[in-house]
Amino acid sequence: MTTTAHRPGTSSRDTAAAGRPGGRRGLRATGWLVGAAVLLLASVSVAVTLGPAHLPVTDVWRAVVDHLGLGRTLGVTPLAPLPDGIVWELRLPRVLTAAGVGAGLAICGVVMQSLTRNPLADPYLLGLSSGASLGAVAVLGLGLSLVLPVAAFAGALLALAATLGLAGAAGGLTPTRTVLAGLAVSQLAAAAVSFVVFWTATGDSYQEILSWLLGSVAGSTWTSVAVACGATLVLGSLLASTGSLLDAFTFGDTAAAALGVPVERARRVLLVVVAVLTGALVSQSGSIGFVGLVLPHAVRLLVGAGNRLLLPLSGLLGATFLVWADTAARTVFAPREIPVGVMTAAVGAPVFAFLLWRGRGRA
Amino acid sequence: MSRDGLGAERVAWSAGGRLIVDGVAIDAPPGAVTGLLGPNGSGKTSLLRLLAGVRRPDDGSVAFDGTDLLRAAPRERARTLALVEQDASTDLPITALDAVLLGRIPHRSLLAGPTADDRAAARDALAAVEAEHLAARHVTSLSGGERQRVHLARALAQQPRLLLLDEPTNHLDVRAQLATMTLLRKLAADGVTVVTALHELTMAGQTCDHVVLLSQGRVVAAGPVDDVLVPAVLEPVYEVRVDVLRHPRTGRPVITCTES
Repeated sequence: MTTTAHRPGTSSRDTAAAGRPGGRRGLRATGWLVGAAVLLLASVSVAVTLGPAHLPVTDVWRAVVDHLGLGRTLGVTPLAPLPDGIVWELRLPRVLTAAGVGAGLAICGVVMQSLTRNPLADPYLLGLSSGASLGAVAVLGLGLSLVLPVAAFAGALLALAATLGLAGAAGGLTPTRTVLAGLAVSQLAAAAVSFVVFWTATGDSYQEILSWLLGSVAGSTWTSVAVACGATLVLGSLLASTGSLLDAFTFGDTAAAALGVPVERARRVLLVVVAVLTGALVSQSGSIGFVGLVLPHAVRLLVGAGNRLLLPLSGLLGATFLVWADTAARTVFAPREIPVGVMTAAVGAPVFAFLLWRGRGRA
Repeated sequence: MSRDGLGAERVAWSAGGRLIVDGVAIDAPPGAVTGLLGPNGSGKTSLLRLLAGVRRPDDGSVAFDGTDLLRAAPRERARTLALVEQDASTDLPITALDAVLLGRIPHRSLLAGPTADDRAAARDALAAVEAEHLAARHVTSLSGGERQRVHLARALAQQPRLLLLDEPTNHLDVRAQLATMTLLRKLAADGVTVVTALHELTMAGQTCDHVVLLSQGRVVAAGPVDDVLVPAVLEPVYEVRVDVLRHPRTGRPVITCTES
């Protein structure tokens, strides 16, 4: 073994070699992010064209340019009122809400999986989504005077506290115990959602229960876009900037503490941010499963476990994934529409199985 | 008290109503390898975590080079000392090089990515444990011994002045054990303060300058190897018959144990 062990950085060979991989890695990360951003933009554009009334992509952009007030500058003529309404009032808000929710859930999944070192952690499995749904229906059904996303956040936070409390009461926060506790909390919250809706609903309560428990972005408005995309842009970016911090948890809490991370404080703060973001998303979409669970794993298999790239890339691909899942949910069985959670599970479960199978050699 | 090396006094810590570490004092000078010995459950691992600051003692003080480690900011502490745990594992698809790069986190802003210098430091650390060839392998695919070397490299990448290790030769074959011990000696010769928990008494005798013998959370004996590694001290602690022979070439103690 060499004598320069604890004074790295002094050997000329390694200094010379180091510049290259650093640059190449940076380039590779940028490549992935730009590629995923382009894919997302293309997906949104195309998804808006699909539906009972088929529209060309150029119409989508004409409507967007027109509503952004750039029509005259760019010399674009406005669409007729009907197609314009379909693009601007019906489909675009829905597609963008799906994108915001998908990105946010995927980022939450990455953060939760890293912080709890639990490959099965995500807002859905640990009960946050059901808790948020319960908060939301409680406000809607019982007429509490609380803002919807705030109530959903309170529900998500309570569910998180219940899950961690339940799992921690029996000993350490092992993955198995956490998932079991999450299951219990999630089932209880889901049952309460159904009860509240049945008790208070006047119209089609089944439909409403389904959309809270399985998720739906049908009927999204620009307010939904503002809440979902706004929360994801602000809180998701905040979470996405914690890559190095999350990396420090790779080998567990003790290792993270030895790397100078204030473990308990970091975990508490980040999980509360996750609960806030989940609350905001669920208040607009209900609880959608599999996005937060599967997306991070799939992206890890593509680019490795480094959270600095994993977080933003999962966000972009999560957005794309949910845009397509929702597009399929409203078009495949048209004129029937199925809850988007059914789609994410239908796509997510086989993908997850495939990833497990493909990854078996590496584990 | 302002002196060089690691100095801990009256360190106490209990868990679940049981006193695990009971008023321990340790003095580990710089440039020396100090061995932490004791039977299973004697509190070696807990003590190392307390010394590393990843757990707060209920009582006592821990100082390094005159600085109070218990009051130091976590990042400052992580730039001063590194801890090699016994069984740190992960399920994540992370390469050995990336795992070693984690050791650079205390040395840069949490918002920044690793620099070329960080990568050079990580590669040098891998070279120091003779694990350069593992750089691109996933940690999950490594053998126990290879993984142990990657963890050691991660600690070296932190460029610590105090290195704490919890049985670093576990999982290693004989050659790798010796290589690890030689590395610890070299680090000490370069001025690093090394404190390592060990099971193997003979290995402690060959490598350490000083040893601290723990039993049930207390220090039973501490001092130079030849004062502590003697039958009169070891026998009551390990509850075995101990014979200390002399190595014909090195003159170091060779400890054999038989049932009493």
